[in-house]
Order: sequence, then C-alpha cells, then structure tokens
Amino acid sequence: MAKTTKTMNLNFGPQHPAAHGVLRLILELDGEVIERADPHIGLLHRGTEKLIENKTYTQSVPYFDRLDYVAPMNQEHAFALAVETLLKIKVPERASYIRVVFCEIGRILSHILNITTQALDVGALTPSLWGFEEREKLMCFYERVSGSRLHANYFRPGGVHQDFPVGLKEDILDFCKHFPKVIDDLENLLTDNRIFKQRNVDIGVVTPQDAVAHGFSGVMLRGSNIPWDLRRAQPYEVYDRFKFKVPVGKNGDCYDRYLCRIEEMRESTKIIIDALQTMPEGPVMAQDGKVTPPSRAMMKKSMEALIHHFKLFTEGYHVPKGEVYRAVEAPKGEFGVYLIADGSNKPYRCKIKAPGFAHLQAMDYVVKGHMLADVPAVLGSMDIVFGEIDR
Amino acid sequence: MNISSIKEALKNSEFRSIEFKENFGELLVTVSKSELYEFLVFLRDSRALRFRQLIDILGVDYPSKENRFEVIYLLLSHEFNIRIGVKVAIQDNEPLPSVIDIFPVANWFEREAFDMYGIKFTDHPDLRRILTDYEFEGYPLRKDFPLSGHTEVRYDDELKKVVYDPVKLSQAYRDFDFESPWEGTEYIKREQDKKA
Repeated sequence: MAKTTKTMNLNFGPQHPAAHGVLRLILELDGEVIERADPHIGLLHRGTEKLIENKTYTQSVPYFDRLDYVAPMNQEHAFALAVETLLKIKVPERASYIRVVFCEIGRILSHILNITTQALDVGALTPSLWGFEEREKLMCFYERVSGSRLHANYFRPGGVHQDFPVGLKEDILDFCKHFPKVIDDLENLLTDNRIFKQRNVDIGVVTPQDAVAHGFSGVMLRGSNIPWDLRRAQPYEVYDRFKFKVPVGKNGDCYDRYLCRIEEMRESTKIIIDALQTMPEGPVMAQDGKVTPPSRAMMKKSMEALIHHFKLFTEGYHVPKGEVYRAVEAPKGEFGVYLIADGSNKPYRCKIKAPGFAHLQAMDYVVKGHMLADVPAVLGSMDIVFGEIDR
Repeated sequence: MNISSIKEALKNSEFRSIEFKENFGELLVTVSKSELYEFLVFLRDSRALRFRQLIDILGVDYPSKENRFEVIYLLLSHEFNIRIGVKVAIQDNEPLPSVIDIFPVANWFEREAFDMYGIKFTDHPDLRRILTDYEFEGYPLRKDFPLSGHTEVRYDDELKKVVYDPVKLSQAYRDFDFESPWEGTEYIKREQDKKA
C-alpha cells in the first residue's frame, strides 16, 4: 500500500530573532526535514541604487554606510575606489594606511557580531555579552575618527575625511594588545563546546565546486577550502605590504566557517598593529582642489578655496565618462561597485554587488535535507545582514 | 594571464560578434544576444580561461538608445585571477536567454534585473519580483520611473489593513540642478498640484 505523506509549509520570519533581520523564509517541511526553502527578501529595500543615481558623488557616500551596517566603512571603500579609478586620482599613502586600519576594524566588528549571534542562535548567551563589549570599544574608535558610531561617511573619494585625533593611534594599539585574549576567551566558550559543535559540525556542508558555482565569496568560499582573498589576490590600497595568513576551512561546514572567522580576527589584529606602526606622516586627502574640499583654515585665508568649497558641496565634482568595477574583500565576502559615469556630477548607474545576496540565494541548496533546527545555524554561519541584501 | 592573452584566446574562438573594450585594466566584451549563451559556456569551460564564477548581472537603462537596455555579466576566474565583463544590448521587451544552467547563482540576479528593469529571461524557472513589494507595479530603476515612486503605504486603522495610496509629498522633493543655474529648480509637488 502506498503511503501518502503531506508536506507542511512553515513561515519563518520576518519577525523571528534568528532570522537576522527581516528575512521571510518559506519552508516546505516533511516532518522536521526541509524539502524546500524559499527566501522572500526585499522587506528592507530602500532603493539605494535609484537614490544614488539622483545624488552627487559626495552625497552618495553615506548610502554605503547603510548597506552592511555592521561594518560600514568597508562598503564606502568600494565606492571610493571606483570613483578614484574613474577620476584617476591617487590617494595619499597615509590615507591608504588609515583605510587599511579601519577596514580591519570593520572586519573585526562584523566577525564579532556574526560569531556571537551564531552562538546565540544555537543557544550560547555569554559570547554575545563578551563580544559586544569589544564592539563597543571599536565603535568608539569609529566615533573618534569620524564623529559617528555607525554611519561614518569617512572614506571619501580622494582619501579619508580627517586625520586621526590625538591619542587614537595609541588607544587602537592598546586595544590590539588585549584583543587576542578576548578571542581566546570566546574560543574557550565555543570552539570545544560540545553543544556548539553538535549544532555546527557537518551542518550546511558546501563543496568547493558548488561554492564557486553558487557565487560564494569571502569566508563562505574559504570555509570550503578555496584560498581566495581579494586582499591577497588583487591587492588594493597597501595590502600588499602586510603579512597575513588567509585561513581556509577543510570541510566547508558551519563550524569551519566559524573557525575561519576566528582566525581572520587574529590576522586583522596583526594587520592593524602593522599598519599603525608603519603609518607614514602626510596628508589624508588628495590635494586636488577640483575634487577634494579645502581645509577649514584654508577657507579663511584663500578666496579660491572658499569658491572650491562652495562648488564642491553644491554642484559636486564631475566624473569623466566611463565604467568601472571595483571590489573589496568586505567581512562578508566580495563587495563590489559597478559605476557608470556619464560625465555629469551624478552617477549614471551604480550597481552594488552584495556578497550576502548570493549567499542567501543558496539557502535552498544548503538546507535541503537538513532539520528545521539547522536553519538558524546555517543562516548564522552565512553572515546575513539585510541592509546589503535588500539594498 | 593578462588581458592580451585573453583577447588572443577569444579572437581564435568561433564567436564573430565580439568587440573588446578595456576599462582601467579590466576587459569588457560586447557580444550579440544570439551568441551570449554559448559565449558564457565557452568562458566557463575553456581550459585557457576558466571563468567559473559569475559575480553579478546588472542592467543599465539608456532610454535614448535604440537598444534601450544593456545587461552586463561580470565573471571571475579564480585560477587565473582575472575578471571579465560581458555586455549585451537589447531592445525593450526583448528577452534574453537565462543562464541559470551555466551559473546557478544567476537565478536571483536575473530576478533582480527583471524586477528593476523589466528585462525578461526565457526559460527562467521562477521569474518573480524579488526586492520590491508583492504587488508592485512598474520597474523602479528605469530612468522614466520617478524617484518618489507612484504609491505610498500606510496602515488604515478602520480597515485594519495596509493600504496603498497615490504618493503625496507633504514637502516637495527639490532637485537642485546646479549645472544650469538659469533654468531654475523643478518642483515635483508643484507639478502634482497643477494636475489635481
């Protein structure tokens, strides 16, 4: 006699704490086994690309903070690189070093949040309490350098907005000294934790071939044993001057991705120390009156500087015709900007390539055949942030 | 592996419609719609190229051109550490072949291009809207779509549900055009009031 089974549809989210934001996941379940997962996204869609087309290049920068709001400066970086390429301007060396420092701070910010919330999703509360204390300190660095804790608007085409305030360098170095100890503490709680391992080892396994075919990047790719890091492969800024390891996973499961992130935080700390110690003196903005604004002091003295300032903040600068794709290794993977300029003061088209978009798409492929309880673990290890997916 | 060797490999291939353009150290290849699918298969499978990863698909709208839309496929070869862009120009309402069976990741990228520009992909298994609302109308990233949109959403306390109204701006969106200071600023709200 043929047995008839009926699948059940389950609505996961959009208001579920383990959905990491506003994900609506429609799951087709056979008992507790997932047969199909259909993510419905777009609940945080703000039309960033459309808005950017209607704003000047200067006004577009803050929109990038609002994409992956966990590590805002890394997003600005891709846009700044694209605009600088089209304008053919060179960033001063000190600005490059500052960018490296804050990109790595952004990476640590993002990885702490991801690791601790992934732990939270599978039942561990303490890591998030410890991790958030460190995030708080890092966000203070953001605030001290840019004036705001999240929406920094700091990496602008041509360099960075302002130089380090007095004492910041020492404080970041001080943070880097004690931070490895915090990573050790987090590892003590999680790495050999029986429950954490039971929930993550062999869950959401992605083979290297599938990782490439499904457009994975960043940790999702490295976790599947593909040593690919844009900082190493296609170095931008001054990344080629630093020594760092690119950790890779062996099995491509959630646990390996967690281990990769832990190791990456250690490497980032090393890069920050290295960059701060070798940072040269000098300007932090390209000295091009037609693109970058003059200093306050100059505006008090020079008529030309005043005119430049006025024109730059009303009309903005004009970017020569052309199109370019520039990508950076953001904490979540390859974050890219495809910029088409038509010679005016506004971008004609600015396509944002968000790593999470491709990762979430593979949800169906990754969770098929898993149990319902594995969905939060997989979701957590994918490092989903809706700001960048929905744009 | 550099740009000139890719060019060499592509010139020796069977594709006739390809044109090269170099953008700041990256190669952008224009290909005709009819050869697009085979060309992408070739890029992925050729032993000399190995563009195994599709990074993104993006549409661009040029309302004044005869071929209104351009679709750009961005590819990456991990083995040779090189990128390439493939561009194809199509008219309004002209469908493109779906490339999901070459790159599974293309599924959502194509849905996004459809959602934002109304570009259709033949043989796409599930060409639904992706980023916009469930009953959204229009294609927001087309240049003739207004920035403010057509509808706005609010919760109606009497009907106990979310309702859609035509968009009403309490403050005009002011698009200062600093490039031509003599023509003045265009106020969307004023236009709206005129119609009402």
